[in-house]
Amino acid sequence: MSQETKETILSPDPANIATINFGPTHPSTHGIFQNILKVDGEKIISSEQTVGYIHRAFEKLAERRPYNQITPITDRLNYCSSPINNIGWEMTVEKLLGVEIPKRVQYMRVIIMELARIADHLICNSVIGVDAGALTSFFYPFSEREKIYELYEELSGARLTTNMGRIGGFERDFNPVFHQKLQSFLKTFPKAFEEFDSMLARNRIFMDRTKGAGPISAERALSYSFSGPNLRATGVDYDVRLMNPYSSYEDFDFIVPVGVNGDTYDRFMVRQEEIRQSLRIIEQAYKNLPEGDYKADLPDFYLPPKAEVYNNMEALIYHFKIIMGETELPVGEVYHAVEGGNGELGYYLISDGGRTPYRLQFRRPCFIYYQAYPEMIKGMPISDAVLTLSSINVIAGELDA
Amino acid sequence: MDKKNNHDYLSAIQERFGSEVLAHEESFGMLNVELTPSKIHDAIAWLQADQELSVNYLTNIAGVHYPEALGREFAVVYQLHSWKNNIRLRIKGYLPKENLHIASITDLFDGANWMERETYDFFGIQFDGHPDLRRILNMDDMDYFPMRKEYVLEDATREDKDDRFFGRNNIEQ
Repeated sequence: MSQETKETILSPDPANIATINFGPTHPSTHGIFQNILKVDGEKIISSEQTVGYIHRAFEKLAERRPYNQITPITDRLNYCSSPINNIGWEMTVEKLLGVEIPKRVQYMRVIIMELARIADHLICNSVIGVDAGALTSFFYPFSEREKIYELYEELSGARLTTNMGRIGGFERDFNPVFHQKLQSFLKTFPKAFEEFDSMLARNRIFMDRTKGAGPISAERALSYSFSGPNLRATGVDYDVRLMNPYSSYEDFDFIVPVGVNGDTYDRFMVRQEEIRQSLRIIEQAYKNLPEGDYKADLPDFYLPPKAEVYNNMEALIYHFKIIMGETELPVGEVYHAVEGGNGELGYYLISDGGRTPYRLQFRRPCFIYYQAYPEMIKGMPISDAVLTLSSINVIAGELDA
Repeated sequence: MDKKNNHDYLSAIQERFGSEVLAHEESFGMLNVELTPSKIHDAIAWLQADQELSVNYLTNIAGVHYPEALGREFAVVYQLHSWKNNIRLRIKGYLPKENLHIASITDLFDGANWMERETYDFFGIQFDGHPDLRRILNMDDMDYFPMRKEYVLEDATREDKDDRFFGRNNIEQ
């Protein structure tokens, strides 16, 4: 939408103003949250958000769960990229415990987290296509995401809520099937992805629909504590992977793409480029995957294999200690952030030495940037509000915790 | 250009706020500074405006409930980030349960709006000057603040999940 139309928001005549519900269940909210829009014809004059429809009290639940039982909770934050949430949480606990993680585990984690980022961005970008009217381009990337889910399945047994990894590493090593599937993914994905890209990136209709839809300036985005692709689309190159490298991200060569206008098209393009960069990171990590163990030496937290528990006294003792929570835990406050699919996903953990966190707060990027939505859609037609909503990638699970 | 470290931040804050700095420590590489609650708004405004310290990003706001700490039952924790120096720091204010008021920082960071609403929703902390302090994730007609420690998750008659089983033998309920 052009600047001119934005400025000609009609001076509201009360007789012309209609109040409509966009959500809670609406096909293009892609989740359950409500926007009450006041519209003058097609133009949005103001909007009010209601969130919390799927609030599941994760922070309260976490106060009654031992650390290893919190990993499944994190699955359900941003469920488009569960492994990033899982691994982010595991790294938080490892930071509290002061464990040194083997290089191989770090590289394995990087591969998994970048696969998750690709899956997350693929969904978001193909959904932008759907909301702009391009349904075909939605199905192409889904077959690619399917391959990523198969990779998760080899490593964790699950596909969506992965519960990936353990405190101290992974539950199992990459198996031969995983290697074979990853190699074939690395070979076939770029071609399929470029095909997807060619359908939208320079598509005249798509560009006309998305350029100028839901823009936000870098200054406003920073004031709203934006992070991730939405912030980078405004031209700010903040990326947790570079600012505070974790899990050996400093070993890899990648660039942080930025946009200019912070509109829907820029958000789309930033995510597209991030997928290419993620692929580069995976290739580097996989090529240089170090030899070694897939888990740290952490008998106090890492459950021993069942076969050993039944046959070995030491293993049985540790198994019992872990299950019964007999392990001493350090006291302290940790904040650990990872670059999630939507931005800085942080875990603020306060430990009082108990078996469960005394307090655990999730910094959920969705929750923080979604509050800027009314400002972004003001003066826009409803169809642009729909596009803006899908392009900021609000995931209800992460929004409501 | 030399980047400032935690120590520089601490001494700058101490120099500026002197006796308002009630406690400080470094935990896991992150500076924690406890300030008089009434000074927190000024402190964050000053940290944000200062060219050298340049604390430009509000990471999050957290509430914490410490029912045993008399006169300082509730903590409000602000996690801030200076990109220029790549320093993360925590500013903490402790409030007594009788007077849960602290100045809102929505005038400094727009993103604080929902963070403060969330903290209000779960702990009942009143952010004075907030434009629209309502519940956000819970229902509007909820009549308690669920993250406070007195509201336990399980049925109170259950004995297999009391605090003894979570490594806290010394806490009397």
